[in-house]
Amino acid sequence: MADMRPLAVITEATGLGMVLIRADLARAGDAIAEAAGLPVPDVTRFTADAGRWLGWMAPDELLLVLPGADLTATLAALTDALATEHALVQDVSDMRCVFDLAGRKPAQVLAKLCPVDPNALPADGLRRTRAAQVACALWRREGSGGHGNAAGEVWRIVAFRSVRDYLAGILATAAAPGTDLDPR
Amino acid sequence: MLTLTCPYCHVAAEETELAPGGEAHLTRHGPGSTDEAFEAYLFGRRNPKGVHFERWRHLYGCGRWFLAARDTMTLQVFGTYPAQSKYPPRHIVDAIRAARPGWAPDWDETSGDSAPGVGNDPAPNPTPTRDSFV
Amino acid sequence: MTGKQPFRLPTGGRLIDRSKPIGFRFDGRQMQGLAGDTLASALLAGGQMLMGRSFKYHRPRGPLASGVEEPNALVGLGQGGRFEPNQRATTTPLIQGVVATSQNAWPGLTRDVGAINDALWRFLPAGFYYKTFIHPRAAWMRLFEPVIRRAAGLGRAPELPDPDRYEQAYGFADVVVVGGGIAGLNAARAAAQAGGRVIVLEQTGHWGGRTPVDHPDGQAAIDRVVQALRTMSNVTLRRNTMATGLYDHGYLLAREALADHDPNAGLPRQRLWRIRAGRIITATGALERPLAFAGNDVPGVMLAGAVRDYLVDHAVAPGRRIAVVTNNDDAYRTALAALDAGLEVPAILDARPAADGTLPQAARARGIRVETGTGIARVLGRMRVNGLQFCAQQGEGQPLGVIDCDVIAMSGGWSPVVHLWSHCGGKLRWDPATALFAPDPDRPPTGADGEGNVTAVGAAAGDLRVADLTGAVAEDSILPVWIVPANATRKARFKMWLDYQNDVKVSDVELAGREGYRSVEHAKRYTTLGMATDQGKVSNINGLAVLSDTLDQPIAATGTTTFRPPYAPLTLGTIAAEARGPLFQPLRRTPMHRWHEAQGAQWEPVGLWRRPYCYPRGAENRGDAVNREILAVRGGVGTLDASTLGKILVKGPDAGRFLDMIYTNMMSTLPVGKCRYGLICSENGFLVDDGVVARLSDDSWLCHTTTGGAERIHAHMEDWLQCEWWDWQVHTANITEQYAQIAIAGPRARAVLDRLGGMDLTAGTLPFMGWADGLLAGIPVRVYRISFSGELSFELACPAGQGLALWEAIHQAGADFGITPYGTEAMHVMRAEKGFIMIGDETDGTVIPQDLGLNWAISRKKPDYIGKRAQERSFMTSPDRWKLVGLDSIDGRVLPDGAYAVADGTNATGQRNTQGRITSTYHSPTLGRPIAMGLVHRGPDRMGEVLEFAVPGDSFTARIVDPVFYDREGTRANG
Repeated sequence: MADMRPLAVITEATGLGMVLIRADLARAGDAIAEAAGLPVPDVTRFTADAGRWLGWMAPDELLLVLPGADLTATLAALTDALATEHALVQDVSDMRCVFDLAGRKPAQVLAKLCPVDPNALPADGLRRTRAAQVACALWRREGSGGHGNAAGEVWRIVAFRSVRDYLAGILATAAAPGTDLDPR
Repeated sequence: MLTLTCPYCHVAAEETELAPGGEAHLTRHGPGSTDEAFEAYLFGRRNPKGVHFERWRHLYGCGRWFLAARDTMTLQVFGTYPAQSKYPPRHIVDAIRAARPGWAPDWDETSGDSAPGVGNDPAPNPTPTRDSFV
Repeated sequence: MTGKQPFRLPTGGRLIDRSKPIGFRFDGRQMQGLAGDTLASALLAGGQMLMGRSFKYHRPRGPLASGVEEPNALVGLGQGGRFEPNQRATTTPLIQGVVATSQNAWPGLTRDVGAINDALWRFLPAGFYYKTFIHPRAAWMRLFEPVIRRAAGLGRAPELPDPDRYEQAYGFADVVVVGGGIAGLNAARAAAQAGGRVIVLEQTGHWGGRTPVDHPDGQAAIDRVVQALRTMSNVTLRRNTMATGLYDHGYLLAREALADHDPNAGLPRQRLWRIRAGRIITATGALERPLAFAGNDVPGVMLAGAVRDYLVDHAVAPGRRIAVVTNNDDAYRTALAALDAGLEVPAILDARPAADGTLPQAARARGIRVETGTGIARVLGRMRVNGLQFCAQQGEGQPLGVIDCDVIAMSGGWSPVVHLWSHCGGKLRWDPATALFAPDPDRPPTGADGEGNVTAVGAAAGDLRVADLTGAVAEDSILPVWIVPANATRKARFKMWLDYQNDVKVSDVELAGREGYRSVEHAKRYTTLGMATDQGKVSNINGLAVLSDTLDQPIAATGTTTFRPPYAPLTLGTIAAEARGPLFQPLRRTPMHRWHEAQGAQWEPVGLWRRPYCYPRGAENRGDAVNREILAVRGGVGTLDASTLGKILVKGPDAGRFLDMIYTNMMSTLPVGKCRYGLICSENGFLVDDGVVARLSDDSWLCHTTTGGAERIHAHMEDWLQCEWWDWQVHTANITEQYAQIAIAGPRARAVLDRLGGMDLTAGTLPFMGWADGLLAGIPVRVYRISFSGELSFELACPAGQGLALWEAIHQAGADFGITPYGTEAMHVMRAEKGFIMIGDETDGTVIPQDLGLNWAISRKKPDYIGKRAQERSFMTSPDRWKLVGLDSIDGRVLPDGAYAVADGTNATGQRNTQGRITSTYHSPTLGRPIAMGLVHRGPDRMGEVLEFAVPGDSFTARIVDPVFYDREGTRANG
């Protein structure tokens, strides 16, 4: 008999600050790292520490995710640090919705929605892709997911604000009890 | 459904993550150009059966435009490379030649003009055919 | 038990559970089968051989096969929302209480009125419809088409929504093995031992394919390899999963049936796997071919392998006396299996001149009469086989005698299942020795690297015995036989079925050949051979062999028709998956969406956004509401949710230069703190978007786009930046969703905002087309002094998360002014009153800004911008272009949207010439009369002229006027 619990525990993360950074990462990397408080990540990776995540979005683009309370100061620090660079620093805290996936089999939820092999991503991997019909980014982090999943994996999925309800809907559908992908 | 590897983020993206952008290596003709040159730029497209250079954007990804060299008939991909390339780079040309010995580039790197033009003869484009069955 | 299942054998049945009887209904009759039965095996166990009627002649039909290739036993399955037509009884697992109904028969299977067509067969040859219904032409629409439509179609469509859930999933593997028979399982083991992830897909619920049925030690061999695979951590074994199509670059679709066997388990019914495979191994086996003899479609004529399956798998006897007709050794296994089951085998008729192989010898040794060089002259019986007349194979069918039998098990040889191999370009070769099309290993489908990415193994590769794996006994060669007897009479050929489902006979294919259909693809469409739901799985090879004979050319020269996905029909639910109901599309919602919803807004879809169209109150209809909203704005104050407008930040040392290329007008000279309306054209000159640009700082601009334009224009900018001017230092960011945007418009707009406190918004401080940052009601805002309504107007942008709070604060502050939310329709009418164009109304991809009187927004100083060269083309500069004008309805009726103004004469196709069309048309409550805009040939030069707009059954007249209907001086917005 199939395990009739949802495949994943899905929680919406709110109160986050987000800063879009566009710059020549090779030239301005040190300045960004200092102001952001995190090393600049490698291609398709993210760095994280103390509630701050710095993700590689594009060859000249990073996204800093941080506690909302830290936003104003960090935004100012980044703007200041990049004042002499050809750079763009923009508060995008209100632009996105964020869901965290933990529980039994969060990767299976993503495998139903994204044309991506979740298991092939490293623990600090950031993959921009789509979830069903909307653009999204997957942030994979290992941790104590709890809920009995062996890998203890936790995933963060980020999409645009306007499709929040849609994303919540497809995640819940994909995580529906009894829909495990394991062969029967 | 194709997969192409984005040369910027090295993600092997499937076609639904990409947006197509038509033929690559067109040279823009703006004000002052002749009607013929402008027509060729705007409307002249090779549409070959065989080796082809295309623009793609990693839309559901890093957002970068890149170029792909592939065979429109067999769907073999010879390589992808940055959009900031006036001509296909050496390693792409080599990869095509290795796979299609009769193929030759039809651009002149010295002319500064890679627009195909409606009157241009296509280069030899030896592609194995897929539609005969015996 | 035998009372209800008279044809259930007392022993055996490897797939059934005798302890679990299952009740079901067929055409209203209560029947009983066993767990593990298919619907077909349960019907046969109950003595129900007649399962359906054919499509064209309504011929009575029983099952031909035991699997997915079944052309005859199609039923309507289930009830209500779960009803599905055309379900193959042979692959439908029997579930408790299932209700099945036969198709194409009225009033019933045994008495069917449509069978009159069968008596008229002489008059319904191939191409009958094409030839008959051409003339007279008028009769086609009124007479023939309705009649044909009523008669057409197989089964009936379900009438209720499907209550089941479906889903999709993406899979990735180094190797996917399709087919869980002995060849596939062994290939999987070898692949897994080499490392890498291996997925094995088996379409049925059981491993082993034919091996457990055909070979004495088959089941044990299968069990061993399955056991070994289960211990390998890199192997995934998936049953009930049918690979339906192979596409580019190793993309494989497969349908997993999760709850077909139990719709009440709460699981999704089916799942569509979208698998990206490095390499694909097709171990898809082979399908048996019928033989073409007169009466080969009478219920009781079955494929020999299928008869064996029913005996061994389900312990069901399709009949008591089973005659075998064959051209190969394999069918002898059926005779032996029938004897093992205690049934009679009156004779084996073998078309070959001699049959002395191991299997024929075994048959003779057990006392079976074997007649070589012999075929069937004619089947006796109509609703059920009750005998046959046999004849010499090399002859015209002179009967040599009669054999009593109730089943004829036939085998014309086996065809490898080459569908997946062929879907993506793999080539076939005809092997005359084995009389089959097999994958040509030298010309496989190729992957992204140009190398072959599919390998066929086992029977799917043409190795029918798979002797290395099964230890199968040696077999003598097949004799390719396509018609029985070889020189059958014309009359007999009219009764030899090739395509059972579509009623295509040998005579039809021969007719097509004689009429000049040399291409197998044309002959297929002319005769409908292979065009039914089974897509010719059992008929194609026989059909093209007959065509080859008619054309007197080798089979290899005729070739096959194209194999296209899906291998077997997919339920639409699997293709839609989660995309139904509320998740059909990702609806985009603004930060104020729920407020609009609570106010009873009616929605206008704009792309994926939902914007309030209007907010009807009480008994108002939409028109009333729109009029009220417009008058409220013009006379007081109103608010519009403008959050959907695109907002693109453009920043960098070269940003000004870049925007001068993107826009037709000059943006680099815009002073900081100011706004400018701008136009964006495509490189071929046509207007694609418009919006207000604000200069934020020395090196940054914020570009507003239309609601539908945000992603498109951002992509357009990035395209030019990355691919053309990549050395320019410019960054763009689409920050549309960071902000909620609220337009507050009307003479009282400033008064409302003043009440919120925090900013000086007087004309002196914030003049028209200026912007300022500040706090309103404690919320950080950027206020743009811009107007699309023609009134005093401000657009407020604030962080999206505070948009609802700001919106509510505004409504609270403006309550005693009667502040009114207005929707997109009021916005549209007000902009039309002002003569402002709307992208998508006044533009349609063929309109340049010069057509719209927007020359003022086109810089003449700039040497270049995107679209400039194209706008210099002779056609674009022609004075004969259709240009924007206002249109005044002569009789006071609102002009019809999109209507064309007629001109003298007709064009080359006899239609009336035209000289203009209406692009926007409304009732203006402000003016109390209709207003309209349109594009008219030389329009601005023809002020005062009256045009006629023709629509079917009516005609309107309108006078050409200036397109600005309201406040031409612009004093209101400037207040």
